[in-house]
Amino acid sequence: MTAPVTAGRRGTRPAELSAPPGAPGGAVVEAPRVLAALDSVRDPELDEPITALGFVSSCTVTPDGDAQVRLRLPTYFCAPNFAFLMVADAYDVVSAMPGVRTAEIVLEDHFASDAINGGVAARAGFARSFDGEAVGELHELRADFLRKAVMAGTDQVCRPLLAAGTDPASLPALTLGDVPPSRALQRLRERRAELGLPASDDAPLLIDPKSGEPVSPDSLRLHLGRARLTRTSLEANGSICRGMLRHRYDSPGLRSEPRGEEEEQ
Amino acid sequence: MYEKDGEKYFVVDSHMHYWNAAPDNWVAGAEQYAKGWIECFHAYQGLGPPETHWSIEHFQKYSEDDLMKDVFEDGYVDVAIFQPTYLKEWYEEGFNTTERNAALGEKHPGKFIANTRFDPRDGDVGLKQLQANVDRYGSKGVKLYTAEWNNGSRGYKLSDPGTYRYLEAAQGMGIKNIHVHKGPTIWPLDKDAFDVSDVDHAATDFPELNFIVEHVGLPRIEDFCFMATQEPNVYAGLSVVIGGLMYARPKFFAKVMGELLFWVGEDKMTFGSDYGIWEPKWQIEGFVDWDYPSDEFSDFPRVNVATKKKILGLNAAKLYGIEVPAEYQLDAGEGTPAAQDDAQLVERA
Repeated sequence: MTAPVTAGRRGTRPAELSAPPGAPGGAVVEAPRVLAALDSVRDPELDEPITALGFVSSCTVTPDGDAQVRLRLPTYFCAPNFAFLMVADAYDVVSAMPGVRTAEIVLEDHFASDAINGGVAARAGFARSFDGEAVGELHELRADFLRKAVMAGTDQVCRPLLAAGTDPASLPALTLGDVPPSRALQRLRERRAELGLPASDDAPLLIDPKSGEPVSPDSLRLHLGRARLTRTSLEANGSICRGMLRHRYDSPGLRSEPRGEEEEQ
Repeated sequence: MYEKDGEKYFVVDSHMHYWNAAPDNWVAGAEQYAKGWIECFHAYQGLGPPETHWSIEHFQKYSEDDLMKDVFEDGYVDVAIFQPTYLKEWYEEGFNTTERNAALGEKHPGKFIANTRFDPRDGDVGLKQLQANVDRYGSKGVKLYTAEWNNGSRGYKLSDPGTYRYLEAAQGMGIKNIHVHKGPTIWPLDKDAFDVSDVDHAATDFPELNFIVEHVGLPRIEDFCFMATQEPNVYAGLSVVIGGLMYARPKFFAKVMGELLFWVGEDKMTFGSDYGIWEPKWQIEGFVDWDYPSDEFSDFPRVNVATKKKILGLNAAKLYGIEVPAEYQLDAGEGTPAAQDDAQLVERA
């Protein structure tokens, strides 16, 4: 039996973290690797990894390869559509790992925990998991939020350029390859690629996130204004969610990156 | 009334509540939702200064005396506007109904404005109830929860024909102000309940009505800002913006305020404490003292005493026809916002 990797609830369990002993021959994946793999699962609304946000409260793997991940959210009433996407994405990532025999993802302390956990485990999809309460799946919602991430990412990439003296009027003529490499640029490319938008070196830096068309000089100011606004909104939202999570739980969550005001800027 | 550095501010708290969310009001079988809801609200209070936090027991059910002290005695508010929230599937007598609010208001003439609500899915019966509430309580505004469940329906849009029928009728009854909750919500599950495009349509088709988007569409202000900049009768209700960000996240508060001032403008922003989530006292004191924290914000419209007077009370007083004594009014020429080209910005695009 392996000791769990756990982040405690306020006033109850203390936080603990441990890895499984690992089966001889290394056939079984270790909990820290599962945890690291969860970095690729994002809150679609906040565009940040569920690990960094502090949403992972425990992660265990038995010697037989049965993995269990427990997730928690800032409030009992966090939007169930986004919660469903995170649980389902976590399931997909963990169950696909070599050495994992079974994967179980448990959303804790949420009004729709049962429907979401059961629905994901049964691979039922969102609409069937909430029979009668929802129609259709969540692809379009996810795409909407990816487009927001592209707009916010545009501000993250352009602001340093402008601060370094780039003339705003020159931005529409720049390509992604013209911009010095950075984490923000890489992220922007990944989000654009996920949407099927041009993301190669010769693609324009500024595009409409819906049509993929280049931004014309005439609409440049508006585009940059919306990019800044979208980034502010996204980051303020993430900030509120972190504050609520801290209020609800006394432990930071596994692999979390709690952020102060300074880092958030 | 709040006074600071020789300036007098007339305060209208345009979004506040008098609720009962204690166990005695929980619907049998729905206790977990009733409990979860109020605990969620309580967590929001955690974003305010620690010395203003309440115990969960107090938060579930505060008294009339508590409210009068927190809002008027200590809280500087001149007129407070009740915004009802029913949630009768979870709370036996409703969370905070028109009746509960108005009963308190009737004991304190001149202090409160009792808004009511409607739900277009209630058909003819709902219209009669609306008329009765307007007749009895003199309501000039309604609070709408488009994401509320009703008999298997998972919410509605302001642009639905059924809603237009209600808006027309409400206008005929003398309703002027439509407060729409666009903010943190639970249902409907699969729709984007934060979507504000329905407000856009209704605001265009009902130019005589004012649409105050409460919580400015938080957590996603971008869609709201972009819509509000194009609609002269759409307002930003600042409940949650000041309470949730000013203390807990001052830099984000500055950015959000900067964006709202840029896209929406200081003439269309209204203060609301969201009491009992947060007490108005610290919000008003903090907001009057507030300015952008650094040069980093030099792109945003400036904030001065006139800006704050409008946001804290004068804008809402205009919406509700509240008489403001001369000493609180702006002097001639004061309060002309710095030139904004945001509308042109949109038209040009």
